[in-house]
Amino acid sequence: MHIPDGYLAPQTAIPLLAVMVPAWSVAVKKVQQTMKKKEVPVLAVGAAFSFTIMMFNLPVPGGSSAHAVGAVLLAILLGPWAACLGVSTALIIQAMVFSDGGILAIGANCLNIAVIMPFVGYYIYRLIKGKASAVSGRGIAAAFIAGYFGLCLAALSTALMFGSQYEWFKAADGTPLYFPLSLKVAVSAMMAEHLLLAGPVEGIVTALGLTFVGRTYPELIGDEPVALDQEVNSYV
Amino acid sequence: MFKRYAKLWWALGALIILCPLGLIATGTAFGEWGLDELIQSDEVGFIPQGLAKFGDFWQHAVLPDYSIPGMTSTFTQSALGYILSAVVGVGLVLLIITLLGKIVKE
Repeated sequence: MHIPDGYLAPQTAIPLLAVMVPAWSVAVKKVQQTMKKKEVPVLAVGAAFSFTIMMFNLPVPGGSSAHAVGAVLLAILLGPWAACLGVSTALIIQAMVFSDGGILAIGANCLNIAVIMPFVGYYIYRLIKGKASAVSGRGIAAAFIAGYFGLCLAALSTALMFGSQYEWFKAADGTPLYFPLSLKVAVSAMMAEHLLLAGPVEGIVTALGLTFVGRTYPELIGDEPVALDQEVNSYV
Repeated sequence: MFKRYAKLWWALGALIILCPLGLIATGTAFGEWGLDELIQSDEVGFIPQGLAKFGDFWQHAVLPDYSIPGMTSTFTQSALGYILSAVVGVGLVLLIITLLGKIVKE
């Protein structure tokens, strides 16, 4: 899901980068206002976890590969804005040091993986979990579904970015200038592998991660995410 | 930093050691093909002009594709490069988040 350089036109990549600048600025402000000092190591280990989990490539039948991200787990534990900062950090390092994802495409990749994914996952989780405890059956099921749809919507957004380039940008001889396959091909290929394989794996990662954190450090899973709730430590 | 949530750090360490499992999937992710893969592809078979122009925009990756340059001929070499990449990547992530964390109010 890491779009490399050259697959998006600069006319697409640069505006998406411009969209991310205010998003990062809001994220920094929100985290600054709501996160506590002692929660910073949780964000650090969470962002490092996201970096590492993205290295676990899953073989997709037909010769492709996909991977989980961990962004929804971070959003559940620390809130979506903190998840945005943590996952963006991982994505920028992946692009600069490991050429995984483009530099011009950093805005696009962060929008898909560090904004759409944690926010979609976070609100689906909250909606399904309701008033149930995070480590109840309902809470864990909510985490699985949230991880699943968070990743799948990020994949859909990536596929739309890919495929739109084919439809919008052609050379004088009619060949595509950037992403070389149609919108239909991009959406069906991306969605098949994420709906059937990477999505369920993301769901499992999210549910198992929440269970592990909830059992070992219950104070990290109050009814409100720690980064959004000033009072969480007063009633645990 | 490590004391309070020690079990989370141990879990992260375990993932780093296990990360070469990710090398078992040898296929390239959809839309992340290299230029050689595009030329060989039945569906594409050419390099789009814009892609040729911007594809190598960034040439400063120290560990490209999570590998030590020149050390990719055996699985052991790839696995070592992969673990080194995880250690370097995790170290940089921790450094940046810790620096970002300085802005957090008490």
